[in-house]
Amino acid sequence: MNDRLSAQYWLHEQELTAYSSEAVRDRRRRAMERFEAVGFPSVRDEDWKYSSLKPVLAPHYGLRPPCAPLEDEHLEFKDIKRFMVNELDSYRVVFLNGRYSSWLSDTTHRGFDVCTLSAAWKKYPETMDRYFAHLTHELGPLAQLNTALSWDGLYVVVPDHVVVDRPIQVLSFTTGSEPRATQMRSLVVLGVNAQAEIIERHQSLTEHPTWTNSVDEAYLAAGAQLRWVKLQHDGPEAALTQHTRIQQARDSRAQVHTVSTSGRFIRNNLDFLLNEPGADARMLGLTLAKGKQLVDHHTLVDHRAAHCTSHENYKGIYDDGAKGVFNGRIYVHEDAQKTDAYQQNANLVLHERAEVNTKPQLEIFADDVKCSHGCTVGQLDEDALFYLRARGIKEPEARALLMLAFAEDAIAGIDHPSLNAKLHKLIAGKLGVDLTLDV
Amino acid sequence: MLEIKNLHASIGDKEILRGVNLTVKPGEVHAIMGPNGSGKSTLSSVIAGREDYEVTSGDILWDGQSILELAPEDRAHLGLFLSFQYPVEIPGVSVSNFVKTALNAVRTARGEEALDASAMLKKMREALQLLEMDKGFLSRSLNEGFSGGEKKRNEIFQMAMLEPRLAILDETDSGLDIDALRIVAQGVNALRSPKASFVVITHYQRLLDYIVPDVVHVLYKGRIVKTGDKSLALDLEERGYDWIKKEAE
Repeated sequence: MNDRLSAQYWLHEQELTAYSSEAVRDRRRRAMERFEAVGFPSVRDEDWKYSSLKPVLAPHYGLRPPCAPLEDEHLEFKDIKRFMVNELDSYRVVFLNGRYSSWLSDTTHRGFDVCTLSAAWKKYPETMDRYFAHLTHELGPLAQLNTALSWDGLYVVVPDHVVVDRPIQVLSFTTGSEPRATQMRSLVVLGVNAQAEIIERHQSLTEHPTWTNSVDEAYLAAGAQLRWVKLQHDGPEAALTQHTRIQQARDSRAQVHTVSTSGRFIRNNLDFLLNEPGADARMLGLTLAKGKQLVDHHTLVDHRAAHCTSHENYKGIYDDGAKGVFNGRIYVHEDAQKTDAYQQNANLVLHERAEVNTKPQLEIFADDVKCSHGCTVGQLDEDALFYLRARGIKEPEARALLMLAFAEDAIAGIDHPSLNAKLHKLIAGKLGVDLTLDV
Repeated sequence: MLEIKNLHASIGDKEILRGVNLTVKPGEVHAIMGPNGSGKSTLSSVIAGREDYEVTSGDILWDGQSILELAPEDRAHLGLFLSFQYPVEIPGVSVSNFVKTALNAVRTARGEEALDASAMLKKMREALQLLEMDKGFLSRSLNEGFSGGEKKRNEIFQMAMLEPRLAILDETDSGLDIDALRIVAQGVNALRSPKASFVVITHYQRLLDYIVPDVVHVLYKGRIVKTGDKSLALDLEERGYDWIKKEAE
């Protein structure tokens, strides 16, 4: 796999960089060289100790030239409707096998840009030069691979003081009659006091294994606000490895919700770089895993300036032989006085074969800070279960109700009723009950 | 309607109930009193079907049929209700959502149709009124941050919604001030009927001024050692439990 990917890069470097500055080409090339030097991570790497990539890399993925346009693949709106939050009035950027699908999308350039990277290479080379791969050069091999080979994905640039009036839905579909690996990339740049909201979903429509490797870079200027909902409810043979990195200036606010309910392998890296005072980072995560699923969350909050705040709440429910990893790193630099950082990871383990590895990792070099963290791993509360059953609620429903209640605060704060309803439906479906929570 | 015969129950290897006999007929109100640790709460848990306790001998009959093998929810479907001494807090589930789910679970199990939204709301309003609770209560998370009095009122509110044939009130009076006690009793009394029976478990006679029992039992060391009418409760209030203990030993 390594050799094939590397060969692909050298074969197509010219196309990949045809519209780019030399600097961007250098970034790509260096990224490929790094990937070639270290290869894929293995369980010997501390960061990948519990999550073996072997099953993800095992299939013989068909690789297509990275910049090739869509071939004969075709999807109708009716095929993808159910994967969207359809009631939501939104911008839509839809990808099919890693390529932009214009007939399924609804993009804009009026006042701000919501479009694709493949278009931006030609249209906005200066912006690309300024931002592409600036946050990612120190990351691990999967991000390097993506930097070298990615071509398409979401491009959002919002000028100062502009609020994007509708949420942006990004959907990336995989189809086809063979295993398929896709590189997806996003670039989000919000100007001073600008605001945007993104709802992201990767969806495999094939029974063959798929692997999406994705990297997101987001830059928030002073006072900007970004909300990003990651809906990870993919097919049983789908794997997702993702690195999202958000850099925040003064008084900006970033909030990321990650809801991981299906897909055989999910690895999320989520980093917040709090560069200037007053920046605020919030992350909420909900994981529901069963069967042989593996869901791995690695988060990093890098407190680089004083008076920044971060708040993290991840909940997980693991059943059957599912496996979970939570690694929450908070790094407080020497100058980052008056940091206020909170981290919570609570897990329910419902089966003796299920497993969760949770590790808070706080590195604090400032002396006047408030950092708190807690992690729990437990079972359902038997007293609560008896209480519900004594009121006539059958055991499976009682269990589901308690799980929904446990999960509730990890999806709180998504204030679109239609998205909220969809999430609840999805979660109730996952728990195998016909139950809605209208709290 | 409820018949408990020589009931023995243990938790781990500790025997707590050691031969309880009790018969409750439709429409009757029984009070079970007794010192701490006599097995009162165990008795209510075992009747409601808590699986932590093992019934080692004896039987519990409901309309003549043993219910020992029934799950807690199946007992609830028959019309059994337990008002908990310590109601459980469940953040994330609203009172209204919980009560709806419970009532419709019971109705469906009995082959009745689920109540539609407007009928449900009407019923909830009536029950709220009975317990002098305001509507904002319905949207609060179940028992979360409730005062002791609110928790107990919430239990009786649920009882009013579920209309059980037999309700066990386990120390419903504990932690209540006199006003809350009056309101709770008012709720219970409104539900009294020739078809509904109550077992009121209490440490103190106070509640029985408001909910007047037909029969009073004293439970001591896992057995009913004395049975009488409501004057027995007054005796106990005046003289304490020592004389009962002496009689029983």
